[in-house]
Amino acid sequence: MEEVMLEPTLYTIKGMAILDNDGNRILAKYYDKNVFPTVTEQKAFEKNLFNKTHRADAEIIMLDGLTCVYRSNVDLFFYVMGSSFENELILMSVLNCLYDSISQILRKNVEKRVIMENLDIVMLAMDEICDGGIILEADSGNVVQRVALRADDIPLGEQTVAQVLQTAKEQLKWSLLK
Amino acid sequence: MIGFKRDSKKDEEDGGGNPFQNLEKTTVLQEARTFNETPVNPRKCTQILTKILYILNQGEILGTVEATDTFFAMTKLFQSHDVILRRMVYLGIKELAPIAKDLFIVTSSLTTDMTGRENLYRAAAIRALCSITDGNTLQQSIERYMKQAIVDRNAAVSSAALVSSLHMTRFAGEVVKRWVNEAQEAINTDSIMVQYHALGVLYHIRKTDRLAVTKLVAKLTKSTMKSPYALCMLIRITCRLIEEDDVGTNSKLFEFVQSCLRHKSEMVIYEAAHAIVNMKKTGARELAPAVSVLQLFCSSSKPTLRFAAVRTLNKVAMTHPAAVTACNLDLESLITDANRSVATLAITTLLKTGAESSVDRLMKQISSFVSEISDEFKIVVVKAIRALCLKFPRKHSVLMNFLSAMLRDEGGLEYKASIADTIITIIEENPEAKETGLAHLCEFIEDCEHTSLAVRILHLLGKEGPRTKQPSRYIRFIYNRVILENAPVRAAAVSALAQFGALCADLLPNVKVLLARCQMDTDDEVRDRATYYSVILNCNDAVLNNRFIVENTHLSLPTLEKSLHQYTMQPSETPFDARTVPVAAISPSEEARLAAAEEISTKPKTAIATMTREETYAEKLRNIPQLAALGSPFHSSPAVDLTESETEYLVKCVKHVYERHLVFQFICTNTLNDQLLENVHVHLDPLPEGFVVAANIPCQRLPYGEAQSCFTVLTFPDVLAISVGSFGAVMKFSTKDCDPATGLPDSDDSYDDEYMLEDLDVSVADQMQKVAKANFAASWDEAGDENELEDVFALTSMQTLDEAVKNIIQFLGMQPCERSDRVQEGKSSHTLLLSGVFRGNHDVLVRAKLALSEGVTMQLAVRCSDPEVSELVTNSVG
Repeated sequence: MEEVMLEPTLYTIKGMAILDNDGNRILAKYYDKNVFPTVTEQKAFEKNLFNKTHRADAEIIMLDGLTCVYRSNVDLFFYVMGSSFENELILMSVLNCLYDSISQILRKNVEKRVIMENLDIVMLAMDEICDGGIILEADSGNVVQRVALRADDIPLGEQTVAQVLQTAKEQLKWSLLK
Repeated sequence: MIGFKRDSKKDEEDGGGNPFQNLEKTTVLQEARTFNETPVNPRKCTQILTKILYILNQGEILGTVEATDTFFAMTKLFQSHDVILRRMVYLGIKELAPIAKDLFIVTSSLTTDMTGRENLYRAAAIRALCSITDGNTLQQSIERYMKQAIVDRNAAVSSAALVSSLHMTRFAGEVVKRWVNEAQEAINTDSIMVQYHALGVLYHIRKTDRLAVTKLVAKLTKSTMKSPYALCMLIRITCRLIEEDDVGTNSKLFEFVQSCLRHKSEMVIYEAAHAIVNMKKTGARELAPAVSVLQLFCSSSKPTLRFAAVRTLNKVAMTHPAAVTACNLDLESLITDANRSVATLAITTLLKTGAESSVDRLMKQISSFVSEISDEFKIVVVKAIRALCLKFPRKHSVLMNFLSAMLRDEGGLEYKASIADTIITIIEENPEAKETGLAHLCEFIEDCEHTSLAVRILHLLGKEGPRTKQPSRYIRFIYNRVILENAPVRAAAVSALAQFGALCADLLPNVKVLLARCQMDTDDEVRDRATYYSVILNCNDAVLNNRFIVENTHLSLPTLEKSLHQYTMQPSETPFDARTVPVAAISPSEEARLAAAEEISTKPKTAIATMTREETYAEKLRNIPQLAALGSPFHSSPAVDLTESETEYLVKCVKHVYERHLVFQFICTNTLNDQLLENVHVHLDPLPEGFVVAANIPCQRLPYGEAQSCFTVLTFPDVLAISVGSFGAVMKFSTKDCDPATGLPDSDDSYDDEYMLEDLDVSVADQMQKVAKANFAASWDEAGDENELEDVFALTSMQTLDEAVKNIIQFLGMQPCERSDRVQEGKSSHTLLLSGVFRGNHDVLVRAKLALSEGVTMQLAVRCSDPEVSELVTNSVG
């Protein structure tokens, strides 16, 4: 019955990864030194994970002692990994935050080409979501706000009224379409 | 040519506009020179910095010089005020922090950013700063800013500061502890994440102080926290308190957890249900509400929620199958779930709760998709089947067929091993299934690529095969291995053959012929074994057969290796005496493994050659010069507490028994951080008659928090009859006051002190090593009745045979043979067979006939080569 009672700690996330549709790493971060210490092991795990998940749209899988939640879009796969005793819903909330914030950053064009063009911002977003294994922020709105979008990185106060309206309209449209 | 074209086309597709295709480390690092240009071009520099971070993320490794150079180039970018560039610089600093040197030079820049007005900088700057700081800088220059940041109004800043402080507890725990007031204040904010982080920090600071944690929980459970994350954390802390304090399920704490089942966030509801299920104390009444929320989750549209619910229900089904039956309908509908993990878990749960009649249907359902699920889940299925076999022994044929089909499919070693394990368990538990089970295993080794598994199965065939109705049918399978397999498998097959020769007289001539052929083998080990067994079998002596073929030797291998090594180092005339090597105890890991098997743990098992408790102790004892002379300990008992668990000093005792000596190892821990103990030793008084203290090895220094050992060596009395007894014990030491922070003594003044310990007992069990006999009857006859002692006892305090059996085994410290430790239900008499080795290498066999009548009556017969030992064993029971 090893560690069934979770030691109460904030260190929840073991890793996050974004893979392309060949299972290659676009970005990946692992936060626990005991989980896949070398890049070779990490990539082997990612390959394995990709093979198990790219066909079945099942959202959650247990692999190599980790609970992995995932989500895909066009040619991208997003993964969040946690210990197999972790609350799956917490992991899911982090995955949703990762996906939603990247989707907002890329203006709904969640695909490999666009992500590569905005890699810097995506890196910043991942850094804002999880810091060393601790969930730093799980609200995609806050994350996007904190990573400073490029085109309109003028703070809200300095935007013209028309710009604000435009953004608001877009936000509304997408929330309705969802 | 065509291939080339296609490649280049694909490249275009992939790499179209992708600036990160085929980056080279050296080129990228060259580009970093652009950072030195003034004025800084933010767009270009961001691009280059991104490239550097990208290649690092792809697994490129920078040397210290490369990293430091890049780092220094990066510091130039602080001139620019471009928000994104600055943020990327922070990211770069964090990435390079573990490799590069002289990181401190950015401390002041980061401190400026962290205290500046630009909110987009502050939070990130704090996190970057904390990744490069060390304990000293922290204390001297930035502690003040950190305290301010924790209580900052901006949630991002406050979170960043709290998370960073938690990271820093690794190297500056004491400094972070001083921020407890700030964290306390932060917990009351409205921000969801800040509340969560503050709780994490507070708990981390206080987790060693039980009282403080209790207060914290009591306060927070009353207030209503907004953050679901913080609530999940609070539930975990609460559960830990409940488990540790062992309070009942009526307490306020449990009420709180239960109230969380009605929270509006699914995350919190699930956490609470999960917690209730995992608590050791929960009964059916407490489970009911948890199970009903999980039941609701089962019909959710989100796969993760269904997965979480079924997984938890599965766990409930292991302990309280009845509680889950209410969900059977919901689980049935999940059998066809698109997520195979959910489907598997649903089926295995149903298997645990369902009736015998539904087994066939469910098994059919599983076999339809078993090939689609991952190995981890196949193992879950196998475990469920194992449980099922034990529950419904009559269904063994259906299940066995299913298992053998799974055995033939593709799969990794761990998966195959778990199937083989299950079949072996079934064979052992259910005599009816034995023949079919062995037949399936025989078939499996015909085509088994895992050497370790084949060897195990051959060993099992050798053990079980000769006792079946038709032993001859297994010979062919075993001999096939000799012809077809690699050396380790051949060697195992030869050993298995010899078992048949030793136990089945009618097969003996055939086995001899086969063994003779094996003597031509190309491998040394195989030839050696074949020759060895042929010689013994040719003697036609039942005692020899029993002693050298059927029974295994139980010498502790690491110790044997050491002894042999020492023997070869010092050449001597006398032959090596194997009896100086202590026998190894039957490792309890086998039983523990079976117990753990129920848990769905998908952790890959790391294969480490585990040493038994004794061997690890022996290793340590050998390093102490005074004790090394005694040789290897014959038996080491588990550690016994001699103090309460919450006293100033904790003392545990391990008893090491040698052939003539007894060594008490006292493992002492000092829990007072303002004291340094010196010259710690344990004075034994009163000593039982006949025992003499031969040496005392004190522990020179016992600082706070460290476990150190001191030893007392005694010689056993010459008369065996008085070699059991009780010792009084007092720990004596001299104390120095010291500074709690540094552990250094304040002055050289010390005063002597002593501390009463609980009494120590030395019993028969301490002097006995567990050793199994495969063929008890043969060994019993061999020992002869000359040294037999018999007596009748009335065990009035025992109410059931089961209880009596457990007590006798524990009291004598011997190994039950031939499964005689399991009492069949409803029987009023039972025979318990025990075997062991007494110190001095005397084999001891015990046969206890038990009968139930107003308590338990026991007729105890002890056979041992040394009459004194028999007498001691018999007397000690009385």
